[in-house]
Amino acid sequence: MADHKQGFIERWLYSTNHKDIGTLYLVFALVMFFIGGAMAMVIRAELFQPGLQLVSPEFFNQMTTTHALVMIFGAVMPAFVGLANWMIPLMIGAPDMALPRMNNWSFWIMPFAFTLLLMPLMLQVLFGIGSGGPAGGWTLYPPLSLQGGTSTAFTIFAIHLMGVSSIMGAINIIATVLNMRAPGMDLLKMPIFVWTWLITAFLLIAVMPVLAGAVTMLLTDKFFGTSFFNAAGGGDPVMFQHIFWFFGHPEVYIMILPAFGIVSEIIPTFARKPLFGYQAMVYATASIAFLSFIVWAHHMFTVGMPLGAELYFMYATMLIAIPTGVKVFNWVTTLWRGSISFETPMLFALGFVVMFTIGGFSGLMLAIVPADFQYHDTYFVVAHFHYVLVTGAIFAIMAGAYYWLPKWTGYMYNETLGKWHFWLSTIFVNLLFFPQHFLGLAGMQRRVPDYNPAFADFNMWSSIGGFGFGLAQLLFVYIVWQSARGGVKAEARSWPSARGLEWTVPSPAPHHTFEKPPVIKDGDLAHGDVSH
Amino acid sequence: MANTHTHDADAYFVPHHSRWPFLGSIALFIMMIGVANWFNGATWGQPVFFAGLLAVLLVLGWWFGDVISESLQGRYNAQVDTSFRMGMMWFIFSEVMFFAAFFGALFYARAFILPWLSGEGDGVLTNTYLWQGFVAGWPSNGPAEIGGAFEIIPAWGLPLINTLILLTSGVTITMAHHALKANARTGLLWWLGATVLLGVIFLGLQAEEYVHAYQELNLTLGSGIYGSTFFMLTGFHGMHVMLGTIMLAVMWLRCAKGHFSKDHHFAFEAVAWYWHFVDVVWLLLFLFVYVL
Amino acid sequence: MKFPRMKQGAAVLMGMLMTGLAFAQVEPTEPARWQLNMTPGVTSTSANAYDAHMMMLWICVVIGVIVFGAMAYAMFKFRHSKGAVPDTSLTHSTKLELIWTIVPILILVVSAYPATQKVMAQYGADHGAEKDEMVIKVTGYQWMWRYEYVGEGVDFISRLDRASNGLRQNKATSQAEIAAHGTYLRNVDKPLVIPADTRIRFVITADDVIHSWWVPALGWKQDAIPGIINDAWTKVETPGTYRGVCAELCGKDHGFMPIVVKVLPKAEYAAWLAAQKPAPVVEAAPAAEAAPAAEAAPAPAAEAAPAATANTAAAPAA
Ligand code: HEA
Ligand code: HEA
Ligand code: CUA
Ligand SMILES: [Cu+2]
Repeated sequence: MADHKQGFIERWLYSTNHKDIGTLYLVFALVMFFIGGAMAMVIRAELFQPGLQLVSPEFFNQMTTTHALVMIFGAVMPAFVGLANWMIPLMIGAPDMALPRMNNWSFWIMPFAFTLLLMPLMLQVLFGIGSGGPAGGWTLYPPLSLQGGTSTAFTIFAIHLMGVSSIMGAINIIATVLNMRAPGMDLLKMPIFVWTWLITAFLLIAVMPVLAGAVTMLLTDKFFGTSFFNAAGGGDPVMFQHIFWFFGHPEVYIMILPAFGIVSEIIPTFARKPLFGYQAMVYATASIAFLSFIVWAHHMFTVGMPLGAELYFMYATMLIAIPTGVKVFNWVTTLWRGSISFETPMLFALGFVVMFTIGGFSGLMLAIVPADFQYHDTYFVVAHFHYVLVTGAIFAIMAGAYYWLPKWTGYMYNETLGKWHFWLSTIFVNLLFFPQHFLGLAGMQRRVPDYNPAFADFNMWSSIGGFGFGLAQLLFVYIVWQSARGGVKAEARSWPSARGLEWTVPSPAPHHTFEKPPVIKDGDLAHGDVSH
Repeated sequence: MANTHTHDADAYFVPHHSRWPFLGSIALFIMMIGVANWFNGATWGQPVFFAGLLAVLLVLGWWFGDVISESLQGRYNAQVDTSFRMGMMWFIFSEVMFFAAFFGALFYARAFILPWLSGEGDGVLTNTYLWQGFVAGWPSNGPAEIGGAFEIIPAWGLPLINTLILLTSGVTITMAHHALKANARTGLLWWLGATVLLGVIFLGLQAEEYVHAYQELNLTLGSGIYGSTFFMLTGFHGMHVMLGTIMLAVMWLRCAKGHFSKDHHFAFEAVAWYWHFVDVVWLLLFLFVYVL
Repeated sequence: MKFPRMKQGAAVLMGMLMTGLAFAQVEPTEPARWQLNMTPGVTSTSANAYDAHMMMLWICVVIGVIVFGAMAYAMFKFRHSKGAVPDTSLTHSTKLELIWTIVPILILVVSAYPATQKVMAQYGADHGAEKDEMVIKVTGYQWMWRYEYVGEGVDFISRLDRASNGLRQNKATSQAEIAAHGTYLRNVDKPLVIPADTRIRFVITADDVIHSWWVPALGWKQDAIPGIINDAWTKVETPGTYRGVCAELCGKDHGFMPIVVKVLPKAEYAAWLAAQKPAPVVEAAPAAEAAPAAEAAPAPAAEAAPAATANTAAAPAA
C-alpha cells in the first residue's frame, strides 16, 4: 500500500478516511458529552437542596434545554456515527465509506453547528452579551420557544445544520451498506450492528427533514408573521407538537437501535456462543423502526386529543414492547448455556440489558393513558428517559468503545480500571436516576429549579449520584488516553472468541483496509452460521 | 485535488483527501451566522449571509469540478456510479420528507384545526368560549382574521399554465435524455435548452403571481394559516425549481462541452430525477394548494 | 455478578409498593418525605390512574423478576471461569420465539382493556356520565392562574403566596427557613374554592404560552393552550385542600405557579360564593332571599356557559 505521509491538516481537516473521520466523530462526541454533562452538573447542583442557591430560573432553563440538545445531537448521535464510520467498512469488507468526501463534510458541519448553538449562551456567560441560550426546553414548543431572545434564530439554524449533517451521514451509511459489501456478505449475513445502523439511517433520512420543516415554521412564525402555531390565525400550537414528535419519537429509536446493535455484537463474543435468533433480531429491529412512526402522540396525552386518538396512540405504543421484548429475550437466551466471562465491554453490555429494560418498563407504564395523566411532565418521565438514554445509549457506547478500543489503538486498555469504571458508573447512575421515579410519583414536576422540602431527600441522593457518575467518567477518559499511548499489544483478534471481519485485520487497523474485497469464510461471520 | 494515488481500474475510488468539505463547512457557518444575525436585526447580518452563500456555491463548484475531472479521467467504476445513484435517491427521499412536513401542516390545519376552531367535534368549547361565531371555510386566516381580508389565486389561471409548463418540461428533459442516449448532440442541447427555458419561464410566472398576490390580493405570508401554507409550500417549491434550473443549466454547459457519453452520464440523470421530483411536488401543490 | 444491583432494584421496587406515607402529614394528599409511590387521590379519576399505575407496575415487576432472574442464573451458572462449555448449537428456536412474542401480546391485551375503560370514564364516554353541575374557566398566565366561575360573575387571580415568593427570591434563604414554611412553593394567595360532591367542568386555556393545570389528587393534568379550550371534569367527595402545580414549561417562573384547590361542603361553598360576588349596587336584596339564590346558582350554570362568553371571550394577543 503506497501510503505517502499526510500532514496534520490533510489528515484531519481534509480527511476522506473512514477511520480518521470515525475518530473525529468519537472525540467530538466525548467533548460534547462533557459539555452536556457539565450542564447536567449545574442542574443537579441547583437541585441539590430546596431554594434557589446558584443560578437564576432563566439560566436553569437554558441549562436544561442545552443539556438535552447537546447530549442528543452532540454526544449520542455523533458517537454512533463515529462507531459506524469506524466499524461498518471493517465489518462488511469495504475499502471505505461509499462517499468519502461527503463523509468528511457530515463531520465538519457538526463543530460549527454546535458553535452556533452554544454561541448565545457563551456570549452571555462569558461576556454578559445578549439574553443567553434557548430556554424553552429541547422540545422547543411554541409559543414559549418564540419568546426567546437572539437565541431562537441561532438554535434553529444550528438544528438545520445538524440535520444536514445527519442526513448526509445517513445517506452515506445506506450507500455503504447496500453497495460496498464484500462478495459473500449477504444482507442476512451482516453483523447486527450493521443492520441496526442501516435501519437507523433510514429513520434519520425520514425524520430529520421533518424536524427541519418544524423549526422552519417556528422561524417564519417568529420573523415573517406566519400563523402555523397561532390559533388566532387558524393555526394551532399543538400542531407543532405533532410535527415535532413525528420526528421526536423515531429520534429516540435512532438513539437506541445502534445500541442494540453494539450489544448484539458483544454478548455473543463473551458468551462464546452465536447470537440467538439472528433473523428475529433483524425483523424486530425493522418492526421497532416501523412502529416508531405511528406512536408519536404518546408524548401528548394531555394536550387534549380526541378519545380515539388517545386510545390509538396508547395501543400502538404498547406494541413496541413486543419486538423490544424479542430482543431482550434473545440476549438472555444468548447467555443461556454459554461460557460467560465478564470483561468490561461485557459488563457494560449486561448492565445495558438490565437497565435499558427497566427504562423500557417505565416507558410502557407511560404509555398507559390514565396513568400518564399523572406521570406526564414529572420526574418519572425524566427517570424513564435517562434509563433508556444513559444506561441505555451511553452504556452501549461505552461497551462498544471498550470492545473496539484495541482495534483502534492497537493496545489493550487497563482491565482493572475498566471494571472500576463500570461499577462506579453503575452504582452512581442508579443512585442518580432511580430516586427520580419516586420524585415523579410523589408529584415533582420537571423543568423546575426549586421545589418543596418534601422532595429534598431524593433530590439530594440524585445529585450525589450525578456528581459520582460524572466523576467516574473522568476515569473513562484516562483509560482511553492510556490505551492510546501504549500498553499490552492487542492481537488482531483482540478477544479470542470474537467473530466478524473486523477481527481479521491487524490491531491497530491499518489506515487503509480491504482495498481488495476479502474472501469471507463462514467462520468470519459475526454470529457464526447465520444461515437460518 | 492533488491525487497522486494510482488505483487499478477496478478498485473503488477513494479520493486521497479534499479540502472542500472542510471549507464548505466554514462557508455554511458564515452563511448561518450571517442569517441568524440578520434576522436578529444586525445590519451586518445580511451581507455576511450572502457572502457565506457565495462561498458555499464556490466551494460546491470547485468540489464538483474535482468530481467532474475524476469522472472524465475514468476513475469511477460501476460501483462508484451505484454509490452516486443511491446518494441521489436518498437525498431526494429526504426532500420528500421535508415537503411532507409542510403538506402535513396544510392537511392538519384543514382537517382538524379549522373545524375545531369552528366548533365541530371536540372543538365545541373552544368555539363557544374563545371564538364564538367563527365558522372557518377555506381559505381562512383564522378567527382573528390575521392579515386582513384577502383573495386567493384561482387555480385555473397562472397556476394551470405553470402546471402545463412543468409537465412539458418533464417531457423535454426525457427527450433530452433519449437524445443523449442516442448520441444526438444537437437534439440533446435543444431539448435540454428548452427545459431550462421552461424552468425560467415557470419562475418568472411564479414571481409575477407573488407580486400580484402581495400588491393586489393582500395575500401575504401574514395572511393567517392560508397565507402561511400557501407561501411556504409554493415558496420552497419555487426554490427547488430555481436550484433545478441552475443544475439543468450546468448540465447544458457540460453537454455542450461533451462531458457525457451515451452510457456514462449519471450527473445528467441525477438532475433529471431531481427535476421529476420537483415536477411531482408541483402536481401535488396544484391539487392541494390551488384546486382543492 | 449482577446480584448486587438486582437486589437493589428489587428492594426499591418492593419499596414502591408501599403507599409510602412514611411521614404522615396534616394534608394526606400532600407529598411526603421519602414518599415512594403515587397516591390514590380523592376522585374516581385519580383512583383510576393509581390502579392503572399499580397494574402496570406489577406486570413489569413480574416480567422483570423472570427476565433478570433468568439472566442472573445464566451468568452464575454458565461462567467461563467455572469451565462452562458453550452450547453453540443453541442459535434459534421458532417455538421459543413464538412463545415470547405471543405471551407479551396477551399480557398487553389484558392490560389494555382496563386502561381503555379508565380513559373512557374520564372522557365521559362510558355512558354513565352525569351532567356537569358547574363550570369553571381556568386561564394560565405567565405566571399565575385566573379562575372564572362561569355564570356567577366571580373571577380572580391566584398566584404564589408571598411567603414562598419572598424565600425563593432571596439567595441567602437558609434551609431552616424553607423547612419552616411547610407549603413552600405549594401555596397561593387565593385558592380555587369548589363544592364537594359536585360534578365540575373545567374549561382550560392560556393567554400567553402553554401551561398545564395539574392537581395530582384529582387525577389528571390538562394542558392550557392559548387560543384553544381543553376541558376536563372532577367530582371530589372529600372536603379538603389539594395542591398542584403548573406542569408544562412556561418560562422562567414555571416552577412558581402552584395551584391550590379548596373543596368545601356544599353549604359552606355557597356562603363563600355569595361573599365573593360584588355587592348588588341598586337594590339591597333582603337577606332571606339571598341565601336560596346562592344555592340555586350552581344548577343552571352549565346552560349559562355560552352566555358568559360575552364577557369572557377575549382573543389572545395575536
Ligand atoms: C433511547 C431513548 C428511548 C427509548 C428506547 C424509549 C422507549 C420507550 N418509551 Fe420513551 N422517551 C424517551 C426516550 C426513549 N424512550 C424520551 C427522551 C422521552 C421524553 C421526551 C421529553 O418529553 O423530553 C420519552 C418519553 C416517553 C413517553 C411520554 C411520557 C410523557 O411525557 O408523558 C412515553 C409514553 O408512552 C414513552 C414510552 C416509551 C415506550 C413504550 C418505549 C418502549 O420502546 C420500551 C420497550 C421496552 C420494554 C417494554 C422492555 C423490554 C421488554 C420486555 C422484557 C418484553 C416484555 C414486556 C412486557 C410485555 C411488559 N416514552
Ligand atoms: C442522551 C441524552 C442524555 C444524557 C446522556 C443525559 C445525562 C444526564 N442528565 Fe439529562 N436530559 C436529557 C438527555 C440526557 N441527559 C434530556 C432529553 C432532558 C430533557 C430536557 C428538557 O426537559 O428539555 C434531560 C434533562 C435532565 C434533567 C431534568 C432537568 C429538568 O427537568 O429541569 C436532569 C436532572 O437531573 C438531568 C440530569 C442528567 C445527568 C446528571 C446526566 C449524567 O448522565 C451526565 C454525566 C456526565 C458528566 C457529568 C460529564 C462528565 C464529567 C465531567 C464534566 C467532570 C466533572 C464532573 C463533576 C464536577 C462531578 N437531565
Ligand atoms: Cu405555567 Cu408552567
Ligand atoms: Cu416517544
